[in-house]
Amino acid sequence: MHEMSIALSIVEAVEESARKEGAGWISEIELLVGKLAGIEPESLKFCFSAAAKGTLAENAVLAIEEPEGVGECGECGITFPVNFYYAECPACRSLRVKIISGEEFLIQSMTIEEEK
Amino acid sequence: MCDTCGCSTEDWAVLRKPGQSDYHVHVNEHEHAHGEHHRHEHGDHHHEGGGRKVVLEQDVLQKNNLLAERNRGYFEARKIFALNFLSSPGSGKTSLLEKIIPALQQRFPVAVIEGDQQTTNDAERIQALGVPVIQINTGSGCHLDALMVNRAVKELDVEDNSLLCIENVGNLVCPALFDLGEALKVVIISVTEGDDKPLKYPTMFHEADLCILNKIDLLPYVEFDAAKCRENAMRVNHHLEWFELSAKTGEGLAALQEWLEDKLAQH
Ligand SMILES: Nc1nc2c(ncn2[C@@H]2O[C@H](COP(=O)(O)OP(=O)(O)O)[C@@H](O)[C@H]2O)c(=O)[nH]1
Ligand SMILES: [Mg+2]
Ligand SMILES: [Zn+2]
Ligand SMILES: [Zn+2]
Ligand SMILES: [Zn+2]
Ligand SMILES: [Zn+2]
Repeated sequence: MHEMSIALSIVEAVEESARKEGAGWISEIELLVGKLAGIEPESLKFCFSAAAKGTLAENAVLAIEEPEGVGECGECGITFPVNFYYAECPACRSLRVKIISGEEFLIQSMTIEEEK
Repeated sequence: MCDTCGCSTEDWAVLRKPGQSDYHVHVNEHEHAHGEHHRHEHGDHHHEGGGRKVVLEQDVLQKNNLLAERNRGYFEARKIFALNFLSSPGSGKTSLLEKIIPALQQRFPVAVIEGDQQTTNDAERIQALGVPVIQINTGSGCHLDALMVNRAVKELDVEDNSLLCIENVGNLVCPALFDLGEALKVVIISVTEGDDKPLKYPTMFHEADLCILNKIDLLPYVEFDAAKCRENAMRVNHHLEWFELSAKTGEGLAALQEWLEDKLAQH
């Protein structure tokens, strides 16, 4: 369900920009959804088609890139893959781990088409 | 459809006050102009080439985040200490509020925003304590957002220098994504839920500032390892403040009460 309100936010944001650009319709939307962002891409795609009905984004393709989680150890400074379940430094066992990638949740770009 | 005025409000939240059946306010998010949209039939796709790429690099939740920051600024200016209470349904958010508010009320003005999909039951429980309360009914929505809180605060007339408790809709998933402008997020888990809950819902525990393990009076009757639960929570978020208590018997409440009073005094 929360993917639905998120899908609506995406549609709203791209429509607003598309109107400013004078677009006829939106053919593609590129999203960056980090593996740790708490968003299920499949469910987002599903909700998107419903959320976009009757808007400029109705026929847009959702292209989702999913950056892996990366942590940085606050003790020894190394970086390593994380998925939250083991947010522990593999080198020194410290739990002082800062997430430096994987929490992204961005609309990267949209591709707009002329009125046909 | 709104049951009070008959308007179509499928997607809007409604503010209500307990005991005032004629009072309700719709939280209307945006007025879409759907009329002039260009529609084209399927089959006439021309996606290859032709299009122009526009770089946006915009946070998906930007709108909510901006409004949350406005709420935060308003709270800071008026020295309102806002707490966002999060948990699965039934972990004891309302029970905990009923327990801690009477004592906190002696020292600070307290106000409460109750979030539920339906009913004003929780707001009625809080109103019985004699503090200002407003209910947000989200309908099909499974979380509160910054706009709902913004409207609710205006309707509620929160005093300066007060504690504002926001009880979110019972859900461990998406309320974590929606900043309301609160000072702290408080996540509650009860001993009937399984000690691996922090691993199953890491985003929530990662975002929280405080974790409260509730219903410890039931520990003798359930298979729940409190130490393991704490360890799991700390793995997801090593900054988490940890409390164990029973909102029923009052055991362990004093430590939380003291911690909150300190925070309020510093705020
Ligand atoms: N045994 C026990 N029951 C509790 C405790 N806290 C809450 N409950 C019960 O759990 C149920 C749900 O509590 P409630 O406060 O409504 O949960 P909420 O949905 O998170 O607001 C109620 O029946 C409460 O009486 C506790 O510390 N111990
Ligand atoms: Mg409740
Ligand atoms: Zn390390
Ligand atoms: Zn109405
Ligand atoms: Zn098309
Ligand atoms: Zn939700």
